Amino acid sequence: MNFGVVVFPGTWSDRDCGWVVDQVLGARLTYLWHKSPDLRGVDCVILPGGFSYGDYLRCGAIARFSPVMQAVAEFADRGGLVWGICNGFQVLCEAGLLPGALIRNDSMEFRCVWTDLIVERDDLPYTRETRRGEVLRIPISHGEGNYFADPETLARLEEDRQVVFRYRENPNGSANSIAGIVNRRGNVLGMMPHPERCCEAELGGTDGLKLFQSVIQSGVEVLTA
Amino acid sequence: MALLAKVTVTPKPVVNDPQGVTVRGGLEHLGFAEVRDVRVGKYIEIRLDAPSAEEARRRVEEMCRRLLANHVIEDFHFEISEADIDHLSTNGDSLERPESHLSTDGEPAEGPGG
Repeated sequence: MNFGVVVFPGTWSDRDCGWVVDQVLGARLTYLWHKSPDLRGVDCVILPGGFSYGDYLRCGAIARFSPVMQAVAEFADRGGLVWGICNGFQVLCEAGLLPGALIRNDSMEFRCVWTDLIVERDDLPYTRETRRGEVLRIPISHGEGNYFADPETLARLEEDRQVVFRYRENPNGSANSIAGIVNRRGNVLGMMPHPERCCEAELGGTDGLKLFQSVIQSGVEVLTA
Repeated sequence: MALLAKVTVTPKPVVNDPQGVTVRGGLEHLGFAEVRDVRVGKYIEIRLDAPSAEEARRRVEEMCRRLLANHVIEDFHFEISEADIDHLSTNGDSLERPESHLSTDGEPAEGPGG
């Protein structure tokens, strides 16, 4: 399993994701610079957290025009795994790969806290090592993670079971306590919490590892199928 | 012709605007009890060349749709007027001197796709 971690100017969680892939899981790691449209044969693209392009204009608004994002959109279109974490989720929404938008937390505060996430889908490449209803403890770290979509879009998301993670206690005002959603096809995941920050006991928890291991497990099955 | 577009982007009425709520609280705190509601948006000035004001309007509309506003959460409106080229902003000046806008790694600052 070869993970590609995209690096924009202003990305800050690329090395954290890379550490988990490379050092914790021993999987293959490729950093993908935003100026290159070549995904270099990776199996799963991670759009990590941070402040791509300084969050200028809107979070993720400029990053989506990067050469790499053109390739990511085509990769997603072919069914490739695209995983947006925090700023990566914002980029996916701006790029139209996921519906809705992420606006300022209703508290107006930057929230950096542990959250309990209820798993709504355990049948995805990202969640197959979890159980529906299971609670994962994963930290958030954002000022603009308040998920917004119009009522019709929200109803459709719920009906099509596209909500993957819900906060047990809503930390930011997100509609329907949404912490993460997937596209209808199930290959593009966006989530505000940071699983890469809880993959080793020293960091206070290892629940994030389940998501990375799920992806690896999915890759293994594709290879052996 | 040299034209100036003044673009205003505001959160849609259905979108909660915690910034506006917070500013309203601040104004109330200062004694402006008459304030009923505050919405915080963005103001963007664009100087552009266009053969006509009508063509400029068409182009700026497209800029708003494709980048300046996110239609999921924001509305926009703009006015077009003749640019006063004697009063270019600092940004306008520095565009002619790109060496003054260097990023930290020494590369010239670039827009997306650069």
